[in-house]
Amino acid sequence: MDLFLTIITAATPLLLAAIGELVVERSGVLNLGVEGMMVMGAVCGFGAAFLTGNPWVGVLASIIAGAAMSLLFGFLTLTLLANQVATGLALTLLGIGLSGLIGESFVGQPGVKLPVVAGIDPLIPFSVILTAGVSYVLFRTRSGLIIRAVGNSHSAAHALGYNVIAVRYLCVMFGGACAGLAGGYLSIVYTPQWVENMTAGKGWIALALVVFASWLPWRAAIGAYLFGAISILSFVVQTYGLGIPSQFLNSLPYLVTILALVLISGNRALSKRNTPACLGQPFVPDR
Amino acid sequence: MSANEITPLLEARNIVKIFGTLRANDDVTLKCMPGEIHAFLGENGAGKSTLVKMIYGALQPTSGQFFWNGRGVVIASPSVARQLGIGMVFQHFSLFEALTVAENIALAMPGSFDLGALSARISKVSASYGLPIAPDAVVADLSVGERQRIEIIRCLLQEPKLLIMDEPTSVLTPQEADQLFAVLKRLASEGCSVLYISHRLEEVKDLCDSATILRHGKVVACVNPKKETAASLARLMVGGDVHAVKPAKAGTVGKERLLLKNLSLAADGQFAVALKNISLAVRAGEVVAIAGVAGNGQGEFFDAISGERPVETGMVEIDGVAMGRAGINARRKVGAAFVPEERLGHGAVPEFPLSQNVLLSRHAADDRLVKKGLVQKDGARETAERVIKAFDVRKGKPDPEARALSGGNLQKFVVGRELDRTPAVLVINQPTWGVDAGAAAAIRQAILDLAAQGSAVLVISQDLDEIFEVATRIAVISRGELSEARPAAAWSREAIGLMMAGAHEQKHDSRKEKRHAAGA
Amino acid sequence: MRLVLEKRPEASAAMAIASPLIALALTVVTGGIIFALRGNNPVDAIYVYFIEPWVALWSVEQIIVKAAPLVLIGAGLSVCYLANVWNIGAEGQFTMGAVLGGAIPVLFPEWQSPLTLITMLALGIIGGMAWGAIPALLRNRFNANEILTSLMLVYVAQLFLDWLVRGPWRDPMGFNFPKSITFSNWQLLPYLTSGIHLGVIFAIIAAVALALLLGRTMKGFEIRVAGQSPRAARFAGFSQKWTVLFCFLLSGGLAGLAGVSEIASVVGQLQPQISPGYGFAAIIVAFLGRLNPIGVILAGVLLALSYIGGEAAQISLGVSEKIARVFQGVLLFYILACDTLILYRIRWQQRLPSAQGA
Repeated sequence: MDLFLTIITAATPLLLAAIGELVVERSGVLNLGVEGMMVMGAVCGFGAAFLTGNPWVGVLASIIAGAAMSLLFGFLTLTLLANQVATGLALTLLGIGLSGLIGESFVGQPGVKLPVVAGIDPLIPFSVILTAGVSYVLFRTRSGLIIRAVGNSHSAAHALGYNVIAVRYLCVMFGGACAGLAGGYLSIVYTPQWVENMTAGKGWIALALVVFASWLPWRAAIGAYLFGAISILSFVVQTYGLGIPSQFLNSLPYLVTILALVLISGNRALSKRNTPACLGQPFVPDR
Repeated sequence: MSANEITPLLEARNIVKIFGTLRANDDVTLKCMPGEIHAFLGENGAGKSTLVKMIYGALQPTSGQFFWNGRGVVIASPSVARQLGIGMVFQHFSLFEALTVAENIALAMPGSFDLGALSARISKVSASYGLPIAPDAVVADLSVGERQRIEIIRCLLQEPKLLIMDEPTSVLTPQEADQLFAVLKRLASEGCSVLYISHRLEEVKDLCDSATILRHGKVVACVNPKKETAASLARLMVGGDVHAVKPAKAGTVGKERLLLKNLSLAADGQFAVALKNISLAVRAGEVVAIAGVAGNGQGEFFDAISGERPVETGMVEIDGVAMGRAGINARRKVGAAFVPEERLGHGAVPEFPLSQNVLLSRHAADDRLVKKGLVQKDGARETAERVIKAFDVRKGKPDPEARALSGGNLQKFVVGRELDRTPAVLVINQPTWGVDAGAAAAIRQAILDLAAQGSAVLVISQDLDEIFEVATRIAVISRGELSEARPAAAWSREAIGLMMAGAHEQKHDSRKEKRHAAGA
Repeated sequence: MRLVLEKRPEASAAMAIASPLIALALTVVTGGIIFALRGNNPVDAIYVYFIEPWVALWSVEQIIVKAAPLVLIGAGLSVCYLANVWNIGAEGQFTMGAVLGGAIPVLFPEWQSPLTLITMLALGIIGGMAWGAIPALLRNRFNANEILTSLMLVYVAQLFLDWLVRGPWRDPMGFNFPKSITFSNWQLLPYLTSGIHLGVIFAIIAAVALALLLGRTMKGFEIRVAGQSPRAARFAGFSQKWTVLFCFLLSGGLAGLAGVSEIASVVGQLQPQISPGYGFAAIIVAFLGRLNPIGVILAGVLLALSYIGGEAAQISLGVSEKIARVFQGVLLFYILACDTLILYRIRWQQRLPSAQGA
């Protein structure tokens, strides 16, 4: 049971970030800056909780930090039509740099942790509810239909009178808030402390999860839990000390990510049907 | 005129629309009466689409005003237009391929979100107007004609007072077009006005009660098309006599230069078309035209002949050499040349100047352009200038980027680039799609002249007028199968239409079978 | 009023040159604001950060030496990005170049001849190419996204190096520090001056060669077509898969060369940390240099300045050297924003052009 909980806890930040990015990509935007938004969420969440002594303030701060970063991304890619791939990279580089600077005085400080009931922190049920909510909204409501429509053909959505840019801004900010919260989870719940660069590629893994899930929320949850299981199992193996160097076990999540991408992308029929057709393409309305 | 007594349903008064330096609409005035089918005629690029986009609220005029039932209105967005009672069927459909028919329609419907109830309404309206469609089908699986039905039903469900149709028949078979005309006439008889945009004169004469004619963004006439001839309408549209293409001399046909033997190609992806057992010979001195509705394998056919997608060795022969496995450049080296359908992004790189776009298709077969892997900039520039001069390509500066040229001028350049080599075999897909009449005539003449010099030309086109203008022999492609190529004189429009459409029904059945098979 | 972008009929040549300069100016201004917020005198701080490193010869040499790996990697990445091939794992290719090149002195410490160095450099290139080939082949064979795979391989490479220098390759006489033996003589690059080593020459040669490749050859044309429109590239008879592989081999090889050059000069041995994030900073170098290898030389020097200036600022202002990474990130943002000006004009527009008569 404990093992099960550990797996869920390890998976929850991945799930939060992946669900956010899933919505962003469903609207046709590829934000590769998840890592940067996450790490900013982590440092701001930790800082706010540490300074106020209230972990809930930290949670709020991490959400705001992620959303603010995503707004920067939105301004560049949606308003100024900058290349989405390059801007996403820029967001990651900036986030890692800025968080290092902001968090310098937090290193080694004791964190403030969210209350936990029976080993379950409040964000675990929240992440499940979020997944259910996103799944419901995307496939059962008009708002979700509009998001999918904008991601499928922005010019057709524009011709019908939908404000493509506004829809995408909202989705990008939702994704940023989720990524920020995922980062906050790491620094307020998971490890309660701030370590520079503590996301260690988890944002990128969340991006891979979205592809792995072929843009379906419940599949993202399954992927995140599988992933959590693999990374926890490698820890378990390590503690039993089977003579396998820790570096190899630590590189397992990255290798598994590559393997997952290979398996899922190789199967075109599976991934193609749900891939948002406008993913990564800038929208320029004619006026 | 009686127009002064009855209030027009829609009136556009002195509309001006400026894009940068281009006056797309210059003082356009148009009146559409209740219950009439009003034609809005003009060449490609005359500014028709610009005006209707403003009527539909997708664009805003620079100056001028619209009146609806005599009251001045600002149509700020498509939803405002829909509230007024304006519906529009776009030329390039505004459909979402990954969504179902019902979801597509729901996106245009205000009110509560209930796909079940909406599906029932869709079925009712589609049955009542004879426009069969399944509400839960995914758009990507549907044919072009079916997609147009979705757009029409989407408008009808909103009980419009004005229906705008933007070039609706350009993608339909003649029979499908007739069905469409019946629906439009019925709508008009029920009191719904139709604004019918087209450059096809015969159908306008048949269908429309009045016509506003646009040239270079200005209204040049407002006439009753039933009292005009096709030639008089064409003169108004083009502003002078249309250049007639001089037909090729008959009887100069020589040896087989392009030979396709049982050409087959598997479908690349879920929605693509497979080519099945296509055999065809194109001989020196003749133009063979392939007719067909868009999406019946023309793209795949072009790719297989050009070598963009290799096939089996013996399936394609150029001047007696088996070339099925060869790449596109090897085929060019034995004298073949290719012009794809898309000008921007396929036939030319939009962001590159013309002198570099010359390299795109000619780098392998011309050592004046490339020596030992090094680009010869002078050679490329000279070639570009020669093509520009020979084909009268109009441009703003000496060596502009491809995207800066108008559609007609870029098409002249892309065709001229290949003809400059006097190829033994020319394969050209949609030679004059979206091109103004002057450029179209020049390109068709060039095709005929090339054949007259002893080359073999294969034209793939959706435009039956064009096909009859240039073709020595005609074959019809449908769902990846090619009919026998018969002399042009042996075909009637109806016969071609039936070949195009008959296969359509079968296509449906086979798709359904495929889905069943996949499900089982 | 709202911001409206108006597409230019053609790309603006003037803006193509001005955009990086505007971005740089904005970064300096932002830097001044950050310094001011921290209570430093912004003018002094900017002087210390951006100007002072140019005053002393030794620090100019340091800038040049730091620029060398940035230019080597950045030039290769420019070719990738022009072809729309997104290699963001140069840091990993750098690491594997260092590992493979470093294997020679670690495994054959006694071998000392000019061939030693040549072998090291060759192996460095091969190591980078091999590591770069993985995402290329995965994309070509399995359609796997090269952005994610190349990045994942960075972590794998770093963990692999970590294992080597803590395990099998650790210097037995090294007091248990996670370091290999220190390199000597022909295991090191020759120095041209007291501070500048041969790696700088590699960087200049690579940049000039790639500029010629892109500007003069068919291969360069092929790469640019592939990046602008893949469909047109197929029409021209260019193989997309080969372009992807070529770009990864080229940029991976150059990153590997940078990696082995770095351990055979400045670092002088293998250790867990051999790069202050050169592979990622080079992404900024590539964009700041307008994906033009000659521009990359200037951009590399500028990014090198951000590292050296950061060190200077730490010493004389007490500002964390982490501020260097912030400046680098901000700079990339400004470049991407300013690049919009090359293709678009910016206008302010009324919400609705006409509201009369409503």
